[in-house]
Amino acid sequence: MKLLRTLFAGFSALAIATTAHAAGGSKHADAPEGGWPFAGPVGKLEMDSVQRGYQVYREVCAACHGMKLLSYRNLGEKGGPFYDYEYPNANDNPLVKEFAAMDEILDPVPNDSGDYDYRPARPSDPFRSPYPNEQAARAANGGAYPPDLSVITKARGHGADGEGASYVYRLIKGYPDPETILTREGEDGLNENYIKFDDDKTHGELVQPLGQYYNPYMPGDVTAQWDGDPRHVPYGGFLAMAPQLTDGRVEYMDGTEATVDQMAYDIAQFLQWAGDPKQSQRKSLGLPVMIYLVLLSLLLWFSYQRIWRKVGH
Amino acid sequence: MSGHESTYKPASGFTKWLDSRLPIIRLAHDSFVDFPTPKNLNYWYTFGGILAVCLVIQIVTGVVLAMHYTATVDQAFASVERIMRDVPFGWLLRYIHAVGASMFFLAVYIHMFRGLYYGSYKAPREILWILGCVIFLLMMATAFLGYMLPWGQMSLHGANVIISLFGAIPLVGEAIQSWLLGGPSIGNQTLQRFFSLHYLLPFMIAGVVILHIWALHVPGNNNPTGVEVQDVEKDTVPFHPYYTVKDGFAIVVFLIIFAAFVFYLPNVLGHADNYIEANPLVTPAHIVPEWYLLPFYAILRAITFDIGPIEAKLLGVIFMFAAIAVLFVLPWLDTAKTKSMRYRPVAKQFFFGFVASCLLLGWCGAMNPDDPIIPMGEDKLLVEFTNADGNIGSRPFDGYEEAAAFRAEKQAEGGVASMSIQKAPAFRFIHLAQILTAYYFAYFLVILPILGLREKPKGEPDSIHKAVLGQSSAQAVPAE
Repeated sequence: MKLLRTLFAGFSALAIATTAHAAGGSKHADAPEGGWPFAGPVGKLEMDSVQRGYQVYREVCAACHGMKLLSYRNLGEKGGPFYDYEYPNANDNPLVKEFAAMDEILDPVPNDSGDYDYRPARPSDPFRSPYPNEQAARAANGGAYPPDLSVITKARGHGADGEGASYVYRLIKGYPDPETILTREGEDGLNENYIKFDDDKTHGELVQPLGQYYNPYMPGDVTAQWDGDPRHVPYGGFLAMAPQLTDGRVEYMDGTEATVDQMAYDIAQFLQWAGDPKQSQRKSLGLPVMIYLVLLSLLLWFSYQRIWRKVGH
Repeated sequence: MSGHESTYKPASGFTKWLDSRLPIIRLAHDSFVDFPTPKNLNYWYTFGGILAVCLVIQIVTGVVLAMHYTATVDQAFASVERIMRDVPFGWLLRYIHAVGASMFFLAVYIHMFRGLYYGSYKAPREILWILGCVIFLLMMATAFLGYMLPWGQMSLHGANVIISLFGAIPLVGEAIQSWLLGGPSIGNQTLQRFFSLHYLLPFMIAGVVILHIWALHVPGNNNPTGVEVQDVEKDTVPFHPYYTVKDGFAIVVFLIIFAAFVFYLPNVLGHADNYIEANPLVTPAHIVPEWYLLPFYAILRAITFDIGPIEAKLLGVIFMFAAIAVLFVLPWLDTAKTKSMRYRPVAKQFFFGFVASCLLLGWCGAMNPDDPIIPMGEDKLLVEFTNADGNIGSRPFDGYEEAAAFRAEKQAEGGVASMSIQKAPAFRFIHLAQILTAYYFAYFLVILPILGLREKPKGEPDSIHKAVLGQSSAQAVPAE
């Protein structure tokens, strides 16, 4: 059929265009085993996991990473982890109020004498920022700037459902086992950490720069630190963030066992929600729209057949 | 069609009164109701209607987005996210607009390939074709300007690459560049002028679209046979209801694909780096334009050599613009009398080769030009050294162990030695892009002019009517 050929041509153009993104030097971040519950046209975020992920964010990530595009109220809005149908206005949601009040922020509005006071945050306030400005953040982190996590899941991968979350998940649990990181005296007399590689093709030693940590999922280039065949450099790059998660780092309020894998899974799903808080509305509106369009196209197809029935063409 | 008598009869007193003063209903009736249209148009001819829908969708969503968008470097990124988070159905508007740009280009490319295949650019439709090329050019400009507005990393650095192209123009290049940017580099003033122009150009497109439809309605539609309408009774049907329903069906099928992207894969056609706020101090590892500009980007990068006094950079810019400019003179390059490639067995092969080369150019545009497609041999290791006596030398090695041992030996002797990769010869993306660029231009400048004079057309029907009869008696392709 001509129509099929038309569509096929269009799809192949798109397929070529979308698969042809330039490949980086980092290891491909696969989805967790079993895939993401939110992936696919009818996928849904696992809200328990998003809630736990918020706890991981608060207790671990928020020490260095801001989320300036989110406000506390977002947590209690429709599609959010703490949405409660009894409180359609998220600003009234007691849980959200409580979360907000646990953070102290500098009031953006001056008081009666013109000074700026610290006060507990309200649901309408944006998430508390760990640093007053970028310079302060860099000063506290050895010159590195912890990226804002608001849209991190949209800013990684190639835009397909879950690629960004997979990146977060793989990165935070992707650091090499501490036991494989060896220490020796470097040329300058100071101790240096290095990792031995002895894979299929990659043989050699990778020296971690001071204050930097190797991670195969981090985009980058480790050639300069690689002692071995420069044609077979390990995947990945260095980042200034040390491995953060160890078993039991947080104590989940819902009693779930806080393994590294569980926490990585939860934070990735929380960030997936945060990057696109309207994704559940998007997908649930998608289905009726598709059904409507398919029915309309059938109707038009039969009208077309009927109108053209006496005309040779 | 010109010469076609108007059949509009005003029914009421008011329409009679209006018709003698401003015959606008008559115009609409003659253009979109009673307009005689060849009865053999296939689905490739529905993309004109699809494009009209795309333009309306972009303008409507764009106008609403502009109500919420803030065009300053400090707030643009956050304001786009605010639209997605806090504006009711803002996420829908923004995703429709972003995906819509890709859909618009998908449709326009199919529309243009259709015109190339059926010879729709040939007399008497040259102006129609040229106006189409003007629309295409305006579309590319609009898309480029619009891509700046979310103020992500690709917005900033992509715009930087494109605008620096103007800097390659001799004498006036730098002046043009700072005139476009409104200063020495991209800044708030650039974002604001891009926003202003991004709002302006779509209405210019709409204006040229009106001319495009006007120029279509003077000679009437081309059709898959390329044979002009001879007998309005036998060869044509009125546009309404025959083509309103056929176009309507195609439009809705197109919208299904559109909606699938909007609701299920809204970000897959964009680049993830554009969700990182623009930072002039950090350059992304790979700067690539949106997919619909990739073939032209590949042509730009394919030119790595100087010709005479013209440097490679300027030459690349010239080739890139020439790739579009050549479309404008196409009606006079193709010498064939037969319009439709259905009846041009040789030209047809070259045409499909042309389509393939455009798609492959897109692929080359997305890839790193130095990456190999077909490697020829293994990369070697090259140890370069300076002996203690100052002599310089180098030696290639296959294995790392030997190379490292040699380097250590040289260093132990008191010299300086370093190791680097000596890339094996390979057929790289740059080479493919150069071949495809050559074919792209040869298709227009050599193949079409020569082939038109030499090729013997085969089986061209005498009229649309006879072509239709022949086909229906053979029971071929029911959907056509």
